Amino acid sequence: MQITLQNLTKVFPKRGKKETGDVIAVNDFTFVIPDGKLIGLLGPSGCGKSTTLNLISGLEKPTRGKIYFGEDDVTGLPPESRGVGLVFQNYALYPHLTVLQNILFPLQNLKGAERPTKEQMIQRAEEAAKLVQIEQLMERRPSELSGGQQQRVAIARALVKLPRVLLLDEPLSNLDARLRLQTREEIRRIQRETGITTIFVTHDQEEAMSISDMIVVMKEGVVHQIGAPQDVYDEPKNLFVAQFLGTPPIHVFDGSVRAGSLYLGGTPVLDVPGVADQEVYAAVRPEGFVLNADGPLCCQLSRVEIMGRDTSVVCSHECCTSGTIRAIIPAENRVDQTLPTVRFSLKPNKVFLFDRSTQERIAVSNA
Amino acid sequence: MEQKDFKPWLYLLPALLFLGFFMVYPLVDVLVYSLEEGYNSASQTFFGVGLYNYSYVLHDPYFLQAVKNTFLLVIITVPVSTGIALLISLGLNAIKPLRNLYQTVFFLPYVTNTLAVGLVFMILFKKTAYSDGLVNLLIRWFGGEGVDFIDGPYWAKIFVLCFYTVWVVMPFKILILTSALTSVKQDYYNAARVDATPRWRIFTRITLPMISPMLFYLVVTGFIGAFKAYSDAVALFGTDLNAAGMNTIVGYVYDMLYGDSGGYPSYAAAAALILFAIVLTITCINLLVSRRHVYYD
Repeated sequence: MQITLQNLTKVFPKRGKKETGDVIAVNDFTFVIPDGKLIGLLGPSGCGKSTTLNLISGLEKPTRGKIYFGEDDVTGLPPESRGVGLVFQNYALYPHLTVLQNILFPLQNLKGAERPTKEQMIQRAEEAAKLVQIEQLMERRPSELSGGQQQRVAIARALVKLPRVLLLDEPLSNLDARLRLQTREEIRRIQRETGITTIFVTHDQEEAMSISDMIVVMKEGVVHQIGAPQDVYDEPKNLFVAQFLGTPPIHVFDGSVRAGSLYLGGTPVLDVPGVADQEVYAAVRPEGFVLNADGPLCCQLSRVEIMGRDTSVVCSHECCTSGTIRAIIPAENRVDQTLPTVRFSLKPNKVFLFDRSTQERIAVSNA
Repeated sequence: MEQKDFKPWLYLLPALLFLGFFMVYPLVDVLVYSLEEGYNSASQTFFGVGLYNYSYVLHDPYFLQAVKNTFLLVIITVPVSTGIALLISLGLNAIKPLRNLYQTVFFLPYVTNTLAVGLVFMILFKKTAYSDGLVNLLIRWFGGEGVDFIDGPYWAKIFVLCFYTVWVVMPFKILILTSALTSVKQDYYNAARVDATPRWRIFTRITLPMISPMLFYLVVTGFIGAFKAYSDAVALFGTDLNAAGMNTIVGYVYDMLYGDSGGYPSYAAAAALILFAIVLTITCINLLVSRRHVYYD
């Protein structure tokens, strides 16, 4: 099912006298979600991603704009008529019902010709349970399950009615780190097996990048960039997107461009052909630093952290807007820790220039 | 080791002493009285031991009338008051504007004195030399036949007593149920909506189970409270309840001790123990039923 969001806008009216204005939770969101893909809505908390999900599910009514499922305009439809499966952040499993009863619940709501017989219902519930691998837990109550198991039950409950769209609200936020890794693989697998168009919300960029076909980066109700995870990572449209994606985060320097060269603190560090002379923000990915004894960028070395696979060099530079720089270099490179400074050259495709005032990306023509 | 054994008892001592003096001792005493024939509290004498008192009480038409009244009161008021309270709470929960105002209005009877409420009910229902009461006025207005609710037929008197009791016990139930309803997480309702759950099914399969512990609490305390009803009947029908045919079991106990025909602690004790047995039985039944139908987190 292809989902089309057209100029979708949600405004929450201000409440009480203390708030100064209406809150625009989602602002003019237009996006076509291709059929059968896994889409990650990504952004810091309060960016409107959960509201977007609620708009798609029908739990919230949009102020403006349209939502289409395939060719159907569902904008005015209540959630019960949309055929979406929704997994809540806290799972919202009915605590007084067993796992089986929870999964059966949506099926028992079906009416008329759609309503399966009892045997069919149980069969479908068992299939859904098998898909998420909880078939041995059917008689338990939610309180007797671990967080990860509850999560699976919630997914099974959302899938059992064969929804046109599966929506997941922060599906991994209540799980511990190890389970999170495992469960995100699981979500990817289930999505692949069922082929249901799936949208999930997260504030964790790693989570979104690792399993999504496409990610949507939002901030304060505005969509900043949409694209395949690698593309968004490699070609961020603006400073916010660049800073939001990547761990450790990107390093932003106050720089200036003069005669086709990027200057950091009076030193030319990189050729940036085709860029007009101006003050810029230069953002460098941690993996964009290359250890080079003759490199142009000289940083004060504080320490070296060995992580086995690679090494992070913690250092500082007077132009860096964040206090420390964490450069990730392959472990084969050894840093001479006796020296007070360390020198780098920069990988051109890991350095992005942004306009000082608009914070938009400035194209460099070398690529 | 020695110390360990006696310390906990030392800590428990105040509570045990208190409970012993004010709960266990009187209970045992009541049991003893109820088995002593013709016990006289002034002279501390009696002339026999046996079940005579129970037999007397169980054959006393006033007591049987009191039991009948009490059972009717319990059977009618507990479900009716709980049901209406649930309806009102659901309504309160569904509205946003003026909710606090309505909540206050519904809670007002709780802070009003029983006898004052009784007075209002008298004005509503009682026939006097000057008026037939507001309710009769209304009945006549609609072309019905006026009824004397206070001194008239039995069903009318039971109706007034039940109406009064329901009115008095409702506010507390509404208070408990509204808070129980608001404590049900919105996510459950959202999940149910997304799954296209019909409203009635949301109510029976989600709302009711979620508030079942509170409902159960209200039913149990409602049963106990209704079995112990006394002041309500006095407020409506005056102190001579036997004459009005509207006595309750507790009223009977009181009359046997202090009423005009009183001075029979043995009969009072026997009646009190019979009430105790009834309440205990009903509560046990309640508990048994609740095992199947009440969900605790």
